[in-house]
Order: sequence, then C-alpha cells, then structure tokens
Amino acid sequence: MYHSLFRRNVLSELDRMQREMREAFDLSPNIRGFGRSGFPALNVGGTPQSVEILAFAPGLDPKSLEVNLDRGILTIAGERMSDLPTEDDGKTAVHINERFGGRFRRVVSLSDDIDPNSVSADYRDGVLHISAKRRESAKPRRIAVQ
Amino acid sequence: MNDTTKAVTRSEDATRDEMARRNGPAQRSEALLPPVDVIEDGGGITLRADLPGVPKDKLGLHVEADTLTIEGEVSVPMPDGMEASYAEVSVPRYRRVFTLSKELDTSKVAAEFKHGVLNLRIPKAEHAQPRRIDIKVS
Repeated sequence: MYHSLFRRNVLSELDRMQREMREAFDLSPNIRGFGRSGFPALNVGGTPQSVEILAFAPGLDPKSLEVNLDRGILTIAGERMSDLPTEDDGKTAVHINERFGGRFRRVVSLSDDIDPNSVSADYRDGVLHISAKRRESAKPRRIAVQ
Repeated sequence: MNDTTKAVTRSEDATRDEMARRNGPAQRSEALLPPVDVIEDGGGITLRADLPGVPKDKLGLHVEADTLTIEGEVSVPMPDGMEASYAEVSVPRYRRVFTLSKELDTSKVAAEFKHGVLNLRIPKAEHAQPRRIDIKVS
C-alpha cells in the first residue's frame, strides 16, 4: 500500500520540487526558467579576453554532445542513458536513484562581443568546457590622451 | 552522562554544518553531495556516483570499518584572471559517506572511474550470497 502510493519516482519528484523551491527563493529566476539544479550544472565566468562556460555533464560520450551557437545563444544538448536495470526481475533492487537520466538541453545567452568563429569545446573528466574569445575590437583598452 | 555530552556535541556540530551550508561556500570543510545510484543484486551492490571535474588522482575512496567515504576535488584548468559570474557548482569538492552492512566484503571492492562517473562494485561475502536450500522429503 505504502509502496504503491509513494513510488520512488514520486519521492524523487518531490525532492526535486523542494530543491527548486528553495533555490528559487535564493536566486531570482532566469528568463528561461529555473535553470538551477538542471542537468548539466553550469558555471560561467570570464576574462577580458574570453568567456568560459563549464557544463558538469559526467558519463557522456563526447560525440553525443551537441553544442550549437545561434545568434549569441549557446545550446548544450544531448542524452544520458539511464543505467538502472530496466526490467524488474525480482533479483535487483534500486535503493537510491538520484543520477540524471534522459535527454537534456541547457541554454546560455552569450554577450554580444563574442566572436562566433572562436568558440572551442573540450570534454574532460566529465566536464564540457566551452571557451569563446571576445572580439578584438571589444576588448577593454586604454585610450591615450593627446 | 558521557553519552549525553556526546549527543549534545553532535547536535551542535550539525547546527554548525547547517549554518555553514546556508552561509555559502565560506568554510573549507564544505563539500557538495554527489548524486548516486545504488543497485543491489544477488551478488552485491553497485554504486555509481557523479563526480564531474574530478581527475583520477584527486579521487579518494576510503573504507573504514563499515563506513565508505567518497571524496573528490574538482580541478578544471581555467585561464588566469577568470572571474566567475554564475556558478551552480559553487564548491570545488564532493564528499559522501555511506554505512555499509556486515554481509558486504569490503576487501573485494572494485572501482572504475571514467568521464567523471565512479562505478563501485561491492560484492557480498561468500556466505551471504543467496542460495537455494534443498528440502529433503523423506
């Protein structure tokens, strides 16, 4: 009775909702929704020369990752197969199920000074690192006073 | 008496941890809780943990008595002078502790770490494996 009412995925959904609520109060939500706690987790930073984006996407085949840049909107998409046992054969039991499985898609808008031809991406230790150079003309510089 | 003191200390510690968690990544001891899957079958337990950004040499696995600790330090090369503008992974450290049960054979733990995913296999001790018991009918 208990198990049929509170199945594992219902509990994990509640957990996710609770987390999103908490985080929604901590941080004003992005225009594209509550991005936090999504998969993959994103960190964004920058230097005067470049913008660096880290997507924490462990356990993926780098070839299956789709990274697109369209008019300043960077999209990271792909699929992570769940490796939980699919059939309930009565011999295996899933005790904890927290890891993400399924299709994902995350979107970041880059600033206008990015050179779209300079974007590079590499995948290492489960982290996708996207680096985009700023345009030469947009770099900060000191203007000499005549 | 002694036990009571211990219990109080522990609850104070818990409060402090909770405060540290709320106050953001200020404390050194703070770590992220990596998501895991735990699957049990007849032969043992499979544990998978997501530890993205942890190189192999920064991953720590410890079994002490019946406690399994998974620790990892995030190390992603970044250009000098980078300023973070938005961070969902706010602490460069993962830690998670599990209590193992007696029937698991911790001397035979097999670990594999690829693309930031740790795959642990903890077999059950020989005597704890399921077996069929024949019923003799006389």
